[in-house]
Amino acid sequence: MFDDLRDLYQEVILDHGKNPRNLRQPADANRLAHGDNPLCGDRIVVYLTVGDDKIIRDVAFDGRGCAISMASASMMTEILKGKTVEEATRLFDSFHKMCTEDAFDPEAETETDPDDLDRLSVLAGVREFPIRVKCATLAWHTMNAAVNGRDRASTE
Amino acid sequence: MNDLTHVMEGRPGDNFAAGFDVARVRADFPILARKVYDRPLVFLDSGASAQKPNAVIDGMAEFLRRDYANIHRGVYYLSQVATERYEATRKTVARFLNAGSPDEIVFTSNVTEAINLLAASYGRAHFAAGDEVVVSHMEHHANIVPWQLLEQQIGIKLRVAPIDDRGQLLLEEYDKLLGPRTKLVAMTHVSNVMGTVTPAKEIVRLAHDKGIPVLLDGAQAVVHSSVDVQDLDVDFYAFTGHKLYGPTGVGVLYGKADLLAEMPPYQGGGDMIATVSFDGTTFREPPHRFEAGTPPIAEVIGLGLAIDYISGFDMAAIAAHEHDLLTYTTRRLSEIEGLKIYGEAEHKAAIISFTLDGIHAHDLGTLVDRAGIAIRVGHHCAEPLMDRFGIAATARASFAMYNTREDADALIEAVKEAQRFFG
Repeated sequence: MFDDLRDLYQEVILDHGKNPRNLRQPADANRLAHGDNPLCGDRIVVYLTVGDDKIIRDVAFDGRGCAISMASASMMTEILKGKTVEEATRLFDSFHKMCTEDAFDPEAETETDPDDLDRLSVLAGVREFPIRVKCATLAWHTMNAAVNGRDRASTE
Repeated sequence: MNDLTHVMEGRPGDNFAAGFDVARVRADFPILARKVYDRPLVFLDSGASAQKPNAVIDGMAEFLRRDYANIHRGVYYLSQVATERYEATRKTVARFLNAGSPDEIVFTSNVTEAINLLAASYGRAHFAAGDEVVVSHMEHHANIVPWQLLEQQIGIKLRVAPIDDRGQLLLEEYDKLLGPRTKLVAMTHVSNVMGTVTPAKEIVRLAHDKGIPVLLDGAQAVVHSSVDVQDLDVDFYAFTGHKLYGPTGVGVLYGKADLLAEMPPYQGGGDMIATVSFDGTTFREPPHRFEAGTPPIAEVIGLGLAIDYISGFDMAAIAAHEHDLLTYTTRRLSEIEGLKIYGEAEHKAAIISFTLDGIHAHDLGTLVDRAGIAIRVGHHCAEPLMDRFGIAATARASFAMYNTREDADALIEAVKEAQRFFG
């Protein structure tokens, strides 16, 4: 009945959705932001531990949401660890394009690591589901707010 | 048009409560014949907005083709025809609610505007800092936020009557909240999330015992059973057209004549004035005082057509049919492991909210959509209620007169399939 939804709900997403990584509140976090999706009521908190060298030592999140938002948040925490704040911001920009632009070309994203985009490409299925784009990007919007010194992010 | 003495044969599995012929009803709603993703549409989101019968679709088109003009202005023929039809709808609505007079019927754009009108007009005229408005924990945001604006603007306080775990108003707790500072009770008649039918008569009686007027939000109520504002003795009652098989853009605020008479205008503009000069302006009597500017004329006509349509049925038969769908669907959903229903009140309309272990409501909504099934998922504009139950979202199936047990079966199959999908 739902076979044509396998593109949206790939195994990786189901796995991260069911067993989200880094779902915790680290005590030593020095940046955090709250994210809201007013449309569905999803709320998320993203915690970052950023060193003086601007390298992200730890990323975690807390919240509940659909499989796509949980998987996106979970994968984000894995990918960002060890990156600089600038790299995280650039990856956010590329990921956002991937989720929203039909003509998205990963090759054109010269500023980001192609392996990272490749890993995140399982989430690109949301392009076909406009109402679900915000599910995939909420954690990233929230992370972006946190690293840029804002404490709130909204998908609206 | 809908004389139900003529009963046709229905499809297997259809319910014929009290001679109600759902197959015939379905034939009146052309959208129900369409497919989505190559599957027959199963529309279970009428609580958000109901589908429209031919009587409304064709009737509105006919009005626009033949009788349309602005109202209350022209001396010419068409304007008089349109004005008569507009004002005749006011009488139709008055009859529908059993109001004492058509002058007690104010047309608004929806329930949200009706409540904002009441807050802005009645509230600002009668409330002062420290005064209280009592709502329940299961209100739609439309019956929370307008009062919160008055909290910010004039310093009133919003008091919240609690509900029990089954989603029923705790009447004794409600009664305790009613005090000398209570200036209004604003309460839902039927919960849009749980389907709870609130004890409206008791709510009104307890408030009136202390001289407090009551607004009931009937957005979900008027479509499921007949409402008699005089029997309820309610002071204000709001409902909307599009949940009643009518068009969007038109709603109603009923108000007792003596209360409306002392209310100042809500919006200023054309059609609500008696005379205008730069030395001062005088206003028309209710209900026109509250209908500034050109109203949604075709939509008001459409609302009248929708009421005419359902008035062709016995409301008790509609209620019995929907109640059968409610009990049948509740029973079958309850058999699904990991499924929890929110809202188990003794008196319910055919609205069922539920969660599934391990599957977020949004994912469920996306999945069942592929089976052609339209349900609402999310917080249903009732976040405080979600917080009350410690959940972020539910899936909600809301039934209308055109739904069948087969619609419920399709939902149940799709839910089980979703569980297999997420394994």
